[in-house]
Amino acid sequence: MIQNPPNLGIDLDPVRHPEGCRPGIDCDTWLIQGARVFDPADQLDRIADVYLADGRIVGIGDAPEQFPHTQVQKIDAKGLWLIPGVIDGWARLREPGLEHKATIATETLAAVAGGITTVCMPPDTDPVLDTIAVARFIKRRAQLSGRARVVAIGALTQGLKGELLAEMAELTEGGCVAVSNAHYPVRDLRLLRRALEYAATFDILVVIQPEDPSLSKRGCAHEGAIATRLGLPGIPVSAETAPLAQLLAVVAETGARIHINNLSSRAGVRMIAQAKADGLPVSASVSAHHLWLSEMDTDALCGNTHVQPPLRSLRDRDALRAGLEDGTIDCVISDHQPHETDAKLAPFPATEPGISGLDTLLPLVLKLVDEEGLSLARALDALTRRPAELFGLNDSGRVAVGARADVALIDPDAYWTLDEATMRSAGRDTPFFGWDFRHQTRATWVNGRLVFERAT
Amino acid sequence: MAVNFVRPSIPKLATDPWAIQFDAQGHLKHLLTIEGLGPTWITRILDTAENFMSVTDREIKKVPLLRGRTVVNLFFESSTRTRTTFELAAKRLSADVLNINLSTSATTKGESLLDTLRNIEAMQADMFVVRHDQSGAAHFIARHVAPHVSVLNAGDGWHAHPTQALLDAFTIRRIKGDFAPLRIAIVGDVKHSRVARSQIHAFNSLNVGELRVIGPRTLIPNDIEPMGVRVFHDMRQGLKDVDVIIMLRLQRERMEGGLLPTEQEFYRLYGLTEEKLRWAKPDAIVMHPGPANRGVEIESRVADGPQSVILEQVSNGIGVRMAVMALCMSAES
Repeated sequence: MIQNPPNLGIDLDPVRHPEGCRPGIDCDTWLIQGARVFDPADQLDRIADVYLADGRIVGIGDAPEQFPHTQVQKIDAKGLWLIPGVIDGWARLREPGLEHKATIATETLAAVAGGITTVCMPPDTDPVLDTIAVARFIKRRAQLSGRARVVAIGALTQGLKGELLAEMAELTEGGCVAVSNAHYPVRDLRLLRRALEYAATFDILVVIQPEDPSLSKRGCAHEGAIATRLGLPGIPVSAETAPLAQLLAVVAETGARIHINNLSSRAGVRMIAQAKADGLPVSASVSAHHLWLSEMDTDALCGNTHVQPPLRSLRDRDALRAGLEDGTIDCVISDHQPHETDAKLAPFPATEPGISGLDTLLPLVLKLVDEEGLSLARALDALTRRPAELFGLNDSGRVAVGARADVALIDPDAYWTLDEATMRSAGRDTPFFGWDFRHQTRATWVNGRLVFERAT
Repeated sequence: MAVNFVRPSIPKLATDPWAIQFDAQGHLKHLLTIEGLGPTWITRILDTAENFMSVTDREIKKVPLLRGRTVVNLFFESSTRTRTTFELAAKRLSADVLNINLSTSATTKGESLLDTLRNIEAMQADMFVVRHDQSGAAHFIARHVAPHVSVLNAGDGWHAHPTQALLDAFTIRRIKGDFAPLRIAIVGDVKHSRVARSQIHAFNSLNVGELRVIGPRTLIPNDIEPMGVRVFHDMRQGLKDVDVIIMLRLQRERMEGGLLPTEQEFYRLYGLTEEKLRWAKPDAIVMHPGPANRGVEIESRVADGPQSVILEQVSNGIGVRMAVMALCMSAES
């Protein structure tokens, strides 16, 4: 049942209910007619009717037996695309701890409006997501909001301090899909090795953000010609590659499954390619903004291009694009970090790093397909099937009979511009205001429920 | 793979950061960086400064150009020389001057930069002279001040210190004339120097013959060649045939950051001594933006010697700052 939770301080979009419908009973039965249906796992790409019931996809093309003929919600989707809902592997929703920036309610709405049905939330909340209680709180808040599914990535070490191991087994039993120390370093290599060994015992995925804090100390931009010209303290590529090399050496011994988050450099892509060729259980992701922007965009001294890791050179950006195309980089994340306006109202180095990315994740990746020659199949795979596989969300990321009914209906010819009015996230910190996009989410279902529909 | 060209998307980020320095009529409104001024404006500022230098020699050292205007010296970082020369320049133009030292007051109480700005703006200021320890602070302030206020950058982080570069250019022009035949070397901590960055833009705009930077790799930033300099790590090679030597101040914190082993080693390799000065042209001049660390980057006998023009730089600073203030304030009237 779709209920707008009380007192969340935001005005949730009203969800459409037909007359005489009993929400939660009839509304969960949907017939999406005539859309071009994609399933990256099956390489399915054809026009078909899709049937949803009881939170599942129950039929593609032909109506399943016993599909009710009355009380079915029908949507005419001719000319639209039906894709698996996007799974965003790394997005900060700011709750608990930083509710002045954003809340689970505001951000899960932004997610579904951007075609994202599952959000993986890193553990750097306050309190830290190192206990089951915090994981349950987040889950409950997400359920109350009734929009995107939120899955938690638990802490690797207690309090993310890099001193004592967190209760990884319990966290994953409690629903966490992976563990991570977010952007906090584990300085003690022996502890990191043991953490990976322990995680490997239970086959838990460990998400690592490679960044050497001493090399990136006080830096705010890629160490190169632009930072030199603008007098900005630089972050060298070795801040990413040096800890990555250490990590890969440890992984080779422990056999832990690791996921390298938010790769930023050409050298980093090469190291991942080599590690994969060596058969290491390594995967990687890149943020959508690193696929489009480079140090050149730092030029305006605009705080909205202050991100961590920094926007690197055009060669790095092109290597990230190539790595995504050839599968070295498995998936694309939003690296969503909504900020209040004040956080970005300062000289560039004094602004808080990170940008709001949920609204633009899918449009930016599909823009790569349109304008930069990325294959549509790879793009959808990197946003849906592959992250589902990595995070063990086995019934998600597909449009197939029996899969979770997490799907998004995309208008491939919407032609729209991102501005204050079209942006849904509470964080307005985006460098993409004024950018033109072609693809836009028209409707989103999570667990068979229509959780977002764009007014036309 | 075929690329479908849809509508061209124009990234809105690519606005020139220095374009904000000019108003709609193309007059200089703010001075934030040398970039974007070009030879025309730099020459115009230097020529105007030349006129103002005669004011300094008069018995009554005042002109009424900025009478009734208020200039606020907004210093978030301590400074003596720059602040006093700005103050003197404003006073000689008959402006009212307010000095606000913020490094110890409001900002440490958690007031945001913008709040501080709004409060001072409410005091009907016409011009802000700003120094701040963050690169880009002057641009940030210029973007957020009321439309009638001009902003002069008196140094922001490692980014720019345009009036210093202009007064250096002014000093060189007075002594050497044309820039085209000159070789200029900037020595020392270029990496952390806003002065060096602004000098590089200024001298290149004025079509300098050759511009060199000299220092160990830890103090020369990556990819600096595209700014139009040749990099030297050896002092003897770097100073050969040089007409102008500019020594930069070396901050003592650099030793702690592991950028240098000791002051002594730096002095031995890059400190400007009488002996090293002989490697340059015989008529080479020695400059320093101050304050100089004697015995660290420069020997006293050189700093006070016949080839040094360090004190001329200071007095020229007043004329150049008067010129910049007068030009920026004339834009809006």
